[in-house]
Amino acid sequence: MPSSLRLFVDAARARTYPRVAWLFRSRTWIFQETLLPVLGVAAFAYSYRAMQAPEAYTGLVVLGAAMTTFWMNVLWGMGAALYWERDAGNLELYVMSPAPLMGILTGMALGGMTTTLVRAATITVAGVLLFNVPLQPTSWWALAGVFLLTLTALYGLGMMFASVFLRWGREAWHLVNLFQEPVYLLTGTNFPVSAIFPKAVAVVASAIPLTAGMDAMRQVLFHTPGIFPVWQEALLLAVLSVVFLLLARRLLRNLERRAKEEGKLTIRWQ
Amino acid sequence: MPVMDHPPAIRTDQLTRTYRLPRKRWGKSPPADGPAAFTALDGVTLEVRPGELFGLLGPNGAGKTTLIKILTTLLAPSSGTARVDGLDVVREADAIRPRINMVSGGESSGYGVLNVRENLWLFARIYGVSTRTAYDRIGAMLDVVGLADKATARVSHLSTGQRQKMNFCRGFITDPKILFLDEPTLGLDVTSARAIRGFVREWMAERPERTLLLTTHYMAEADELCDRLAIIDRGKVLACDTPANLKKRVQKHTIFELSLAPGRNGWADLGKLPGVHQSTANETPTTVEVKVLLEEEPVIGSVVQKLVTSGGHILSLKKVEPTLEDVFIELVGHGLGGDKPADRPSGGGP
Repeated sequence: MPSSLRLFVDAARARTYPRVAWLFRSRTWIFQETLLPVLGVAAFAYSYRAMQAPEAYTGLVVLGAAMTTFWMNVLWGMGAALYWERDAGNLELYVMSPAPLMGILTGMALGGMTTTLVRAATITVAGVLLFNVPLQPTSWWALAGVFLLTLTALYGLGMMFASVFLRWGREAWHLVNLFQEPVYLLTGTNFPVSAIFPKAVAVVASAIPLTAGMDAMRQVLFHTPGIFPVWQEALLLAVLSVVFLLLARRLLRNLERRAKEEGKLTIRWQ
Repeated sequence: MPVMDHPPAIRTDQLTRTYRLPRKRWGKSPPADGPAAFTALDGVTLEVRPGELFGLLGPNGAGKTTLIKILTTLLAPSSGTARVDGLDVVREADAIRPRINMVSGGESSGYGVLNVRENLWLFARIYGVSTRTAYDRIGAMLDVVGLADKATARVSHLSTGQRQKMNFCRGFITDPKILFLDEPTLGLDVTSARAIRGFVREWMAERPERTLLLTTHYMAEADELCDRLAIIDRGKVLACDTPANLKKRVQKHTIFELSLAPGRNGWADLGKLPGVHQSTANETPTTVEVKVLLEEEPVIGSVVQKLVTSGGHILSLKKVEPTLEDVFIELVGHGLGGDKPADRPSGGGP
């Protein structure tokens, strides 16, 4: 019998595969999910140009559009992941298998990250080329580090959502819908948070990993003022990652226990 | 064949599972006189020996699926205990999971975007089966179910039957010690169902420690495959024995039908032979159809000897067995496809 770690890695790799395969086998996404966001970027970019805002502001919009794709994937891809797996009849097979559910969920997250990374990269490249966005990062390494920490925290949050969505079903979806626009506002998708909101609001908003992550990346890429220094935001993202992943593990265990007791959470009855 | 000197592969003791029925949701209450709970399993005590092919027969809502879900660690019992390979399903679920697998006939699991081989590979990997071993087993299993030519076809392009065959393969590629098959041939064509039954027998014969628990609606399938059977209804086990012994329950006498050439050659006196309980005959212009009820099966030798010495010409002789359906009707009160009792919900679960 393979070790728990080996099973975790095998399960994560196996579950990553369908999402990556989808990337290559359902190519219509490239039109649906990159063309429309680029049009959204264009609207803001032209607005900023009309107002003669600094060139970097167009960069903020491009980065915001790219990072928003991850947020959407976390909300709807990761959040609904277990829900859809149950409806497809796969979840009970995963629960019954020796693979840890965290491994399966990690696979879903890695698959989601991979597909969204391609989408986000396409939006970024298109945005940078179309609008001549000036890229002068203080450090590519710092940028890569902050980006990876942002993804870890975001997908840790998504793994938490997965259990919550399965437990609360449609109620959780309504809640996410309710918070969607306020979250867009608080994360500063198309503007620098620290330049618009009072400090207290910006500090609270930075508990959302997308806010802290984008703020740090904008500081590195476009030298805009930030809520905190980059290293503090990186530290915050690392802490959020650990907290979200631990909470996701705990919620998943609770979910499995309740599912066994109630007999309807993970099982799709014939 | 069952291995007798080992602990049971599956053992349940007074296993009960009750589902709470929803009381109030969004301001809508169920009828005040409705039940607060539904008992799917009610004190089930069973023992399945290692190496045994054990069948569960019961109508819809009998509790078969609930029992399988408990044994596969997906559900917790409300009371009683269940052990699989000597391990408790609640406290030692993690140790049980590598040893088992389950296939449900009606399931439609898998990913439409992947092809058949990739799907099976995925579900082998989560059991820690290496890619090379998985591909070897997948190839062999697809040959068994006649799906080899669809190995690279996307699952979304498969018919329901082909998808069911793929899922059947999924249960075997992890080489489980104990396998649960819940209606594995449901909806399959006759040829495929026969191939699957043949494979199940071979698979069991390959290694004596393998155990299989099968639920099926097909009485002939249960009769053909199972070493022992439990008949379950309304969450209770009504009988558990070999198919032959179960059939004996509904018939005290062994029945033989003989077809004789015309003429009065000894058959009229058969009822007087020791061990012959009753003898009836029906003369037609071309044959005499004789039915004898014997107290014991070996008495047929005396019957044949009597007919032969009296100058009778036996055209055919066959033993008439009661079917499992007869047993089922005797115990449950209706057939598998029959009307459900009015005081209980239908379906396999809540």
